[in-house]
Amino acid sequence: MNNFKVLLNGIIKENPTFVLLLGMCPTLGTTSSAINGMSMGLATMAVLICSNLIISLIKNLIPDMVRIPSFIVVIASLVTILQMFIKAYAPDVDAKLGLFIPLIVVNCIILGRAEAFAAKRGPLASICDGIGMGLGFTLGLTLLGASRELLGTGQVFSLPVFPEQYGALVFVLAPGAFIALGYLIALVNKVRG
Amino acid sequence: MSKLIISLSPHVHGGDTIQKNMYGVCLALVPALIASLLFFGLGSAIVMATSVVACVAFEWVITRFLLHRQSTILDGSAILTGLLLGFNLPSNLPVWIIILGALFAIGVGKMTFGGLGQNPFNPALVGRVFLLISFPVQMTTWPQPGQLTAYADATTGATPLSIMQHAISAGDASILKELPSGLDMLVGQTGGCIGEVSAICLLLGCAFMIWRKIITWHIPVSIILTVALLSGLLHIANPIYADPLSVIMSGGLMLGACFMATDYVTSPMTARGQLIYGICIGALTVAIRCWGAYPEGMSFAILIMNAFTPLINTYCKPKRFGEIRKEANK
Amino acid sequence: MKKLTSTWYNMALVLTVISIIAAGALAYVNALTQGPIAEINQKNLQAGIKKVLCAPEAKVTATDSLLDAKGQLAAIRYTTDSGVAVQATDHNAFGGDLTVLVGFADDGSIKGYTILQSAETPGLGAKAAEWFQQGQKGSIIGMNPSKNNMTVSKDGGDVDAITASTITSRAFLRAVCQAYQQFSGQTCCDALTGASAQHTHNKQ
Repeated sequence: MNNFKVLLNGIIKENPTFVLLLGMCPTLGTTSSAINGMSMGLATMAVLICSNLIISLIKNLIPDMVRIPSFIVVIASLVTILQMFIKAYAPDVDAKLGLFIPLIVVNCIILGRAEAFAAKRGPLASICDGIGMGLGFTLGLTLLGASRELLGTGQVFSLPVFPEQYGALVFVLAPGAFIALGYLIALVNKVRG
Repeated sequence: MSKLIISLSPHVHGGDTIQKNMYGVCLALVPALIASLLFFGLGSAIVMATSVVACVAFEWVITRFLLHRQSTILDGSAILTGLLLGFNLPSNLPVWIIILGALFAIGVGKMTFGGLGQNPFNPALVGRVFLLISFPVQMTTWPQPGQLTAYADATTGATPLSIMQHAISAGDASILKELPSGLDMLVGQTGGCIGEVSAICLLLGCAFMIWRKIITWHIPVSIILTVALLSGLLHIANPIYADPLSVIMSGGLMLGACFMATDYVTSPMTARGQLIYGICIGALTVAIRCWGAYPEGMSFAILIMNAFTPLINTYCKPKRFGEIRKEANK
Repeated sequence: MKKLTSTWYNMALVLTVISIIAAGALAYVNALTQGPIAEINQKNLQAGIKKVLCAPEAKVTATDSLLDAKGQLAAIRYTTDSGVAVQATDHNAFGGDLTVLVGFADDGSIKGYTILQSAETPGLGAKAAEWFQQGQKGSIIGMNPSKNNMTVSKDGGDVDAITASTITSRAFLRAVCQAYQQFSGQTCCDALTGASAQHTHNKQ
């Protein structure tokens, strides 16, 4: 598999949100609007690329029996660093996603890709995998966020599509996240054939 | 179909069909429908008609164009869902909200799972709860009864349930004096959703269904008794909780106990299972009404217990014919 | 390069080294971002205080943290040259904690408020940010908690609750009352004392 294929793999064939169903906590929790979903996706992508790169570089230095704790330390440090940067330079994002940023540590996608991909492949392929998976995750979250925002408030990225009073509030709330995700997965399965 | 397993003959057909039962339930709803027309007039007629037509139309569109199946609109289940959904709405609800509710009830609550017989939740309640959470303002303002020609412009007022919840939150039993009299609540001369106000008409319909053996007594009786018992205990312990008679006659309790909880598809099969199911619904309803965020807990309680129905069925299996108790073998 | 084997020595060494590097990186970034984070928090607070006191030039002259009976932070009082702003939290809002910052004039009337932190439902309780402002339906601006009954009209008070969000409205008013208590030292309204029943009677 060449690097380009690795990249595409994460976006379509093994899309983490719609096909692998990984990282459901941030998927359901942060997608109350398109911009929230996208911010969360991008934050996760940043961590994923860095963790994939670092882990593929140090994979031979880590004894097998302690690989999971080592991965977690790397990932947790990266997330904490990211959180500090967001707090310092993007306070608006912090106000909306503050609660969910630390949860990236336990996002299955990151540990999953570290274990399934980065621990076995070279740095370049791992970066491509990180970008691909990250883009797939961002795409999934943005799509889910946009549909929930549209159905719930009549807006997409805060641009009005129809008057807010016609929006069904349930889609902004937690139950709507499950319903919208279910239908999006069904739709994606139908499109993928 | 080569693997059909057939038990020993003889087989007797009871004459029951889906149509017969569904239209039987519809017939049982007629008294309450007439009562609602008398109390809410035009508003009730508009809401009920929209709800039934929209439910049948969505069922037809989905079976015809999405599932490519034979249309099932004539089996009566969509009409029944439409009637029950309409009964659960305030009579001044805008038409577009009703249509959205019908789409959700039929599309999400029923057809997504494969149609009649495969839906885990009561479709009409799925539609109602979707509307309640999505449009809380419109869904929790009820017109006062007696405005026969008013629709969207009807004056709204407090319902018995909101008075009860206010009494609990303020900790003041004297607020309960504002409750309508027992007779008004029995007849239906009070604010509320279209079909839930007249307890007597609903009981009449329920008696008809039990007489025609469409349902058994287990679910409605266990729900109503549990609610009466628990709210009675609360009332004795602290008078800020309303008296049991007002509690069982207010809100959607009668409608829920007689018509929503008894849905064939989503309730347990055996008598023992139905009793467990009914008692749990009653207890949940009292808990949500007294300490929950919403004044009405019936619809949530039924949906929660719908989710437990497969589990109840697993533990309360019907006895096989010819099965002997284990003790008897010893 | 061959993969390290899982001997005790290797495992201890690798984990220690990784932890030390991670700690170093965190310490470095922390030092780098500490300044800007404190600056942003300070700026938000300053902007909030100026907003609720309607005084763009307000300067904080004293900050008092007030503890409740259990020794937990109950409220923070910011005294400025143009009035007092108090930050208070109610823990029983629909989404948990609801923290408000309320500005009081010298006579105790409310000059302005802002919501510092909340987790209320969007489209319902989250409307509290605008609902109680000047010119809105439930305006509390200009009310004086020592004269007005700061509870929702459903409970016999003078404030219109947010439509379909009574729980949020009650929590908001409780927080405002708490803030007033810290400002004046007197209890202001029934939400705290539980005597709202009496007011309901008086009204009827």
